[in-house]
Amino acid sequence: MITAPALAHYLVLGAILFAIAMAGIFLNRKNVIILLMAIELMLLAVNMNFIAFSSFMDDMAGQVFVFFILTVAAAESAIGLAILVLLFRNVGTINVEDLDRLKG
Amino acid sequence: MTHALLPVLPEAVLLAAACTVLLLDLFLPPSRRHWSFWLTQATLLACAAITVATAELQPLHAFGGLVVDDMLSDFLKLLSCVAVSTMLFYSRGYLAVRGLFRGEVLVLTMLALLGMMVMISAASFLTLYLGLELLALCLYSMVAMHRTSNAASEAAMKYFVLGALASGMLLYGMSMVYGATGSLDIHRIARVIHAGQGNGTVLLFGLVFVVSGIAFKLGAVPYHMWVPDVYHGAPTAVTLLIGTAPKLAAFALTLRLLGVALAGLEFDWQGMLIVLSLLSMVLGNVTAIAQTNIKRMLAYSTIANMGFMLLGFLAANLAGYSAAMFYVVAYVLTSLASFGVVMLLAREGFEADRIEDFRGLNQRSPWWAFIMLLVMFSLAGVPPTLGFYAKFAVIEAAVGAGFIWLAVAAVLASLVGAFYYLRVVKVMYFEDAVDTTPIVARGDNRALLSANGLALLLFGILPQPLMGLCVVALAQSGFL
Amino acid sequence: MKHALTLIVLLPLVGFLLNGFLATRFGGNRVGKGFVTALACGLPIAAFLLTVACLVRLQEAGYQPLVDTAYTWALIGGRSFEIAFYFDRLTAVMTLIVTGVGSLIHVYSAGYMKEDESYARYFAYLNLFLFFMLLLVLGRSLLVLFVGWEGVGLASYLLIGFWFEDPEKAAAGKKAFIVNRIGDAGFLLGMFLLYQTVGTLDMDRINAAFNGATLPAVSASLVGILLFIGATGKSAQIPLYVWLPDAMAGPTPVSALIHAATMVTAGVYLVARLSGIYLHAPEASALVAGIGAATAFFAATIALVQTDIKKVLAYSTVSQLGLMFVALGVGAYGVAIFHVTTHAFFKACLFLGAGSVIHALSGEQDILKMGGLARKIPVTFVTFAIATAAIAGIPPLAGFFSKDEILWFSFASARGGSTFLWLVASAASLMTSFYMFRLLWLTFFGASRMSHEVEHHVHESPLSMTGVLAVLALLSAVGGFLALPHFLEPMLPLPAVVPALHHHERTLIGIAIALAFTGLAAAVFLYGGGARRAAALRGRFPLAHGLLLGKYFVDEAYDFLVSRPLLWLSDRVFLRLGDRVLLDGTLNGLAAWAQRTAGSLSRIQTGNLQLYAFLALAGVVAALVWTWAHV
Repeated sequence: MITAPALAHYLVLGAILFAIAMAGIFLNRKNVIILLMAIELMLLAVNMNFIAFSSFMDDMAGQVFVFFILTVAAAESAIGLAILVLLFRNVGTINVEDLDRLKG
Repeated sequence: MTHALLPVLPEAVLLAAACTVLLLDLFLPPSRRHWSFWLTQATLLACAAITVATAELQPLHAFGGLVVDDMLSDFLKLLSCVAVSTMLFYSRGYLAVRGLFRGEVLVLTMLALLGMMVMISAASFLTLYLGLELLALCLYSMVAMHRTSNAASEAAMKYFVLGALASGMLLYGMSMVYGATGSLDIHRIARVIHAGQGNGTVLLFGLVFVVSGIAFKLGAVPYHMWVPDVYHGAPTAVTLLIGTAPKLAAFALTLRLLGVALAGLEFDWQGMLIVLSLLSMVLGNVTAIAQTNIKRMLAYSTIANMGFMLLGFLAANLAGYSAAMFYVVAYVLTSLASFGVVMLLAREGFEADRIEDFRGLNQRSPWWAFIMLLVMFSLAGVPPTLGFYAKFAVIEAAVGAGFIWLAVAAVLASLVGAFYYLRVVKVMYFEDAVDTTPIVARGDNRALLSANGLALLLFGILPQPLMGLCVVALAQSGFL
Repeated sequence: MKHALTLIVLLPLVGFLLNGFLATRFGGNRVGKGFVTALACGLPIAAFLLTVACLVRLQEAGYQPLVDTAYTWALIGGRSFEIAFYFDRLTAVMTLIVTGVGSLIHVYSAGYMKEDESYARYFAYLNLFLFFMLLLVLGRSLLVLFVGWEGVGLASYLLIGFWFEDPEKAAAGKKAFIVNRIGDAGFLLGMFLLYQTVGTLDMDRINAAFNGATLPAVSASLVGILLFIGATGKSAQIPLYVWLPDAMAGPTPVSALIHAATMVTAGVYLVARLSGIYLHAPEASALVAGIGAATAFFAATIALVQTDIKKVLAYSTVSQLGLMFVALGVGAYGVAIFHVTTHAFFKACLFLGAGSVIHALSGEQDILKMGGLARKIPVTFVTFAIATAAIAGIPPLAGFFSKDEILWFSFASARGGSTFLWLVASAASLMTSFYMFRLLWLTFFGASRMSHEVEHHVHESPLSMTGVLAVLALLSAVGGFLALPHFLEPMLPLPAVVPALHHHERTLIGIAIALAFTGLAAAVFLYGGGARRAAALRGRFPLAHGLLLGKYFVDEAYDFLVSRPLLWLSDRVFLRLGDRVLLDGTLNGLAAWAQRTAGSLSRIQTGNLQLYAFLALAGVVAALVWTWAHV
């Protein structure tokens, strides 16, 4: 017997995505691009929440918000990648651990 | 009879002008660059004028309640325009010498201001988020603007990652609050929570993330780590922008989210703010002592100052909110002057951002030493400067709300703070100048910076008008 | 004219700002002295005219006090601290003196300071003084009064040390400042006590509270004594009078304005203004009268033998202030203010006359090196003589009326008058008459004792100075006919007289007149004809003469008994042990500790982005855990 997933399932999925994104930010030892991907993933977790709530409460506002988040996320990645390119040109590396000139 | 879009007229004008400058600047030869500058200044003036002219006592709504135009937003928008305009005057020479004085700076600054204004008058999670992101995206690119600087690109990267993380957290919190209350409108959310209808557990879960996101944007401990690195790495002009007007918008964000939408959860967020405030005041002030770079020192000072602002805020009544608002305004004014002096001393190939660069400033120029003295006194909270009254107001609000031990901690923390602020004074007045290069700057910059410094003294002696404005703006916007 | 009172106060401030600007590097020498003079004299005169207008309005309002709230400075804990000005009969009299005599002295200064290179700076300070003095007398709240109180101290300090190149003069300025601080401590304590118990610092409300049905829960005598301690500092009473004679180091018009006519009477004004407290404080009042009488007597004895023309006048001022406090102590507040007024006239005239003499003699102040000046500087002589007769109490000049009333109430007041008090006060006024005529004789009569060169240069002062002298001499002559105690009576009622003593009034007037003429006769007898008799007298009582000449060696005693032990204490105990070992040790230790803590805290900021993110996440987790623990 197949039952439709409840709201809680979607929320747990969102939470798991969020947790993975968090883990991705501070577990990877290699490069900044993975950080950018983790950030995207975090936003997707948020989108999952919004859509789930929106659908279960029958309220369109949440889904509208998701469109805005997607748009902003696109702009955000563009800027993020631009900064990444700049960083690579200047420092010659995109290793997260090498970003330690500014400290103290 | 007013037009339905009148409440967003300043934003509309600003957006139109930003697009115009963006296009116009393509066709202007570098020798005519000042046209763009003055066009920008005229726009800021127009925005300020429209804001004042359309100010009404009763709140107006637009876009189906997404945007609200009340006294609070009018007051904060006006101050943001003034702060941004002042920032442009201060940084013009600094940027020009470094080859950064291009049309993008003006456009990005205007768009950042647009983001702030949207944030300030947002009445829905959607507009709050959009304003916040518009502001943040502009600031990320401005930090990276100095394309050959290693420090700037590193700072930009850190700012971007941590800023995006903060937005993610805030959004996650917002989605939870949305799920618990079924609305994105801050007033409707407030009503649902007030009626006790929301889902308590989900709401609290959301609250934690919302508070974390706000604390990130304010730079409160332990979400503060980006502040020193960004302040340090960014070109001073951009540091000045980050350190001033956005704080007004961040205050509005905090007020709309915690003071309006989640007002019903006051007892839950008060506890978190106490911890944030205490940690920020103590850690900010203590760590600042070890700094040798004045931009970094001022960054830690910002952290401590945001702690003080939260101290007033967590009283969660009109006295507390108005004290916090006064504190932010005072901080913005002081911060403008502090970075203004740093940029005044900077010249080609020399940043003047180490504390030792201020050695013997009194011998080089008694006037600018005096202005910097006022700034440092105001930051340290020495009477009769503005900073004293601001600190006094937030501490009094905290005592009035019963947080006496927190107020005592605040006094002790500001005592520690006095140590490093006065060290700058000592360096300026009691040590001999090593660098004796004359200080050159444009006349408008000098006049504005002098007025800025003296305003710290004037409003310190006569704080009541400013305080009265804060109280009236809040009271007319429904915070009673 | 809603803010007329504020305007009165602000006019001199404008003068200070403009002249102060002209005195700096930026404004230096761009405009002539004429502009400075017009500004410096014109604004006080305008303030005076405005005061007259306010008085007329006060009269039209049936003497309902005028209140002008200029600015709400702060709202603290629901109580507002306002900068408000209050104008009633008492304020009217004081403001008229301050602006009127003040304006005259400004005009005089234009002549006196003509050659000084710091002309604009001098007038800037003088205007600043006037601003603070007006704040003091017009302020409604003790807080505003206190700002004025401290401000006049500051202005006085600046003006005493005006010629700061001379270290002795700078030291005199410092002495005045420090001695006044001691008095201020008492004043502040009294003020705190009042605020705590009455809940306001507005002086009319304080008086009303003490006159109300239920007295405030505070000892009126304690408050009265504390405030009086403040008054002894500012008004140069025992034991804090020592600064006033030294304050003569400043330019002479300053001595006339600050150290005779206005600032030193601030203590008298304070007690009269808060008479509501003193009416309920018999012990404090007795102390005020006792200190006043003692000061009047001792200062008069010292003045007997001084040879510096300004020092004689300084001790005379201390003595006259003592008499005013006697009047306050026996409840005759209106009479004290009356004497403040007449004293302002004749003492200003005397000081300015002395200034004219000093001016004529190219800076000579020793009366033993003067003599025979009457014909050489006739205007100065005539005015000085009139003022001398006025202070000595020769009828019908001004001093006679006010002093006679003081003596009468010190004898007959039902609020603490006594024969002993009267005897002491009478002795003081006998001596006043004597030393003033001695001064007059040694300066203006007899053979000249000047060096040839000085004598050659003797000249009468310019019209700006002699004109002012004439006006003040006229006021000293007729000022007694102002029935001020009567004018003030509705707000400062005169004390009841012991009925059994009523019939003595005429006798006492007779005695007072007799005393004045006795002093005159004694002075003429001793100092007329080459002062041989005075020398003989001095030869017979060398010890007494030495004691008086050394001013009872009070300065030395203070130095020995107070300053040196304090210095020792502060050096050995506070500096070496307390400061260097304990405080510096603790502070340096704390600073070092803070530095170390800061160092280790800033090491957390490693620059690693992931650490930053991790800390933020830790914050979120902690907040989540904390919130759940509380649900």
